[in-house]
Amino acid sequence: MADVSLRKVVKRYDEVEAVRGIDLDIADHEFVVLVGPSGCGKSTTLRMIAGLEDISDGDIMIGGDVVNDVPPKDRDIAMVFQNYALYPHMTVAENMSFGLRLKHYPKAEIKSRVTEAARMLDITDLIDRKPKQLSGGQRQRVAMGRAIVRNPKVFLFDEPLSNLDAKLRVQMRIEIKKVHQKVCTTTVYVTHDQVEAMTLADRVVVMNHGRIEQIGTPNELYHKPATRFVASFIGSPAMNFVPCRLEDVGGKLNVRLTDRLSFPLPPARAARYQGLSRTDKLLLGLRPEHVMEARPHAEPGIEPFDAVLDVTEPMGMETLVYFTLEGSQLCGRVNPNAGAQDGSPLRLAVDLNNMHLLNEVTGAVL
Amino acid sequence: MVDVAFQSSRTAAAQTGRRRAGLRNALRRKSMSAFLMTLPLILLIAVLVIYPALYSLHLATLNKAMTKFVGFGNFEFLFKRETFWLVVKQSCIFAISAVVFKALIGFIVAHFVHNVPANKQRKWRGMLLVPWVIPPAMSTLAWLWLFDPSYSAFNYTLAFFGLGPIPWTGDAMWARFSVILVNVWYGAPFFMIMYLAALKSVPEQLYEAAAIDGANWWQRIWYVTLPMMRNIIAITTLFSLIVTFANFDIVRILTAGGPLDHTHIFATWAFRVGIEGSDIPLGASVSLFMVPILAVAAIFILRDITKRGNES
Repeated sequence: MADVSLRKVVKRYDEVEAVRGIDLDIADHEFVVLVGPSGCGKSTTLRMIAGLEDISDGDIMIGGDVVNDVPPKDRDIAMVFQNYALYPHMTVAENMSFGLRLKHYPKAEIKSRVTEAARMLDITDLIDRKPKQLSGGQRQRVAMGRAIVRNPKVFLFDEPLSNLDAKLRVQMRIEIKKVHQKVCTTTVYVTHDQVEAMTLADRVVVMNHGRIEQIGTPNELYHKPATRFVASFIGSPAMNFVPCRLEDVGGKLNVRLTDRLSFPLPPARAARYQGLSRTDKLLLGLRPEHVMEARPHAEPGIEPFDAVLDVTEPMGMETLVYFTLEGSQLCGRVNPNAGAQDGSPLRLAVDLNNMHLLNEVTGAVL
Repeated sequence: MVDVAFQSSRTAAAQTGRRRAGLRNALRRKSMSAFLMTLPLILLIAVLVIYPALYSLHLATLNKAMTKFVGFGNFEFLFKRETFWLVVKQSCIFAISAVVFKALIGFIVAHFVHNVPANKQRKWRGMLLVPWVIPPAMSTLAWLWLFDPSYSAFNYTLAFFGLGPIPWTGDAMWARFSVILVNVWYGAPFFMIMYLAALKSVPEQLYEAAAIDGANWWQRIWYVTLPMMRNIIAITTLFSLIVTFANFDIVRILTAGGPLDHTHIFATWAFRVGIEGSDIPLGASVSLFMVPILAVAAIFILRDITKRGNES
């Protein structure tokens, strides 16, 4: 058990900077997920923590000790790889016990640890099989078992679920969470899937272009994104962005989307945005669930407007509607009984109590 | 080939109805047309391999003048000759030690080349394959000059350090060492290239997993590389063992079996007694003696491969 700290960590490949000065503190027992699009440096960061990549600059600390030049085997970590990386010529038990055997643990202790891990992961019956005789999900369990038996200071997961089909992925996600609840080991988990990140993490680290965009709990990231990138990356379907500007209408602050469409801001939001320039190019950010069918009676902050739907996607419990507003494609979530149909007009409403306002140039959430 | 087969079926169509139906049915079966398509190759193998093999079996049962059937007479004669047992011993020493060193050197060199950056690797691969590409008869001549007792580069260099001269091909032990050395020099690149291909097929993440599991470089080779390469090692070893056992040119050119038959192996001694000694049946018997030795090795190694084949 240990905390992990990264101080101004940089990774350079010849000309390219893959990781550009990352600062990150991971507390003991914490489950942290690094998430971002491919090429954002998240896997490189994980591999630097593991010691599989040298760091070009900065410090990495595990349990308070700087481990910059410590080889992987002496960092007391365990890693689960995307393609499992099980030794094909060893049985499940041999795979799981390999690290312990190299460290010359007593046979009885190895056996009890392997049995315990196998029981925890429900692979007791497979213990004598070779990896080839296992399904993808079973192999993933063995890979996790190999990490668990080592009882390391830190677990590292490198996109462990991306080779599994959708259904199994959901199942294994729950397994991973259960295992973490049982063993409580500090965990760093890399994924490009924001759903995995949101569901598993105590804290999520969103990365882009080798930098950290934002660190926060899943709810913080969802409701209070710091940048346009985070706002659009977290959440599915993604947040809508519409170019807009602020204007004063009769002593009240309005947000103008198009020549014909302008909404008065609710008092709390108006107070927050009062100081902004009226000429700045801004973006109105709205999650799809804050674009819904119009209600029969007015509610504060909920402003109706008319739209012509391009496409509708019935999901069962809701229907996603896509429409165009002055060149921007928007997505809304409406009640399946609201009568949304492809190509038909529908009266929708925006919930400005949950709006975000972004600087179009810098991408910062204001 | 298919066309030929089906054309011949058309020719047959002109024949009587019953025969036509029978032939067409036969051709309709996939196995039949497959057999017909491979027939030319089967015939070629029969002419070039099976016939000489059977003929040498036949030869081995004749007397020196090749006029009389003597059964196992030639073998009985061989078993009583000390030189024959010397040749058996030398063949085994030659083949086994050469193959072991070829495999060992090939494995080490393959590791070095594998760790060379990819853009320079092609150059190294090319250079290291040179010994294997030169016709061995030619390169052995060059080695013969290197080994020359009075003018050779080796002895000159040794003399410079106050050592030698070493009778490279004149003393029994040194001559054995020399033929093995040249064979290793010639054969190691083949192992290198096979092992390099095998090394490249080992997933990098297995090494990373092993590194995290606490394996040092030696344990990574022992627990990851070698088990992953087991099949290729077995196949190359078997293949090389067969080729090395049957080697002729290197020994023939370097020592011609001397001094006093102390470097003869099966092929060179068979040549000596069969062609130079004009006892072709006896030569055939000597060369036939390789078959059971190699067959046993082949069975053992190949059985091991099929047993493990479906593991990885």
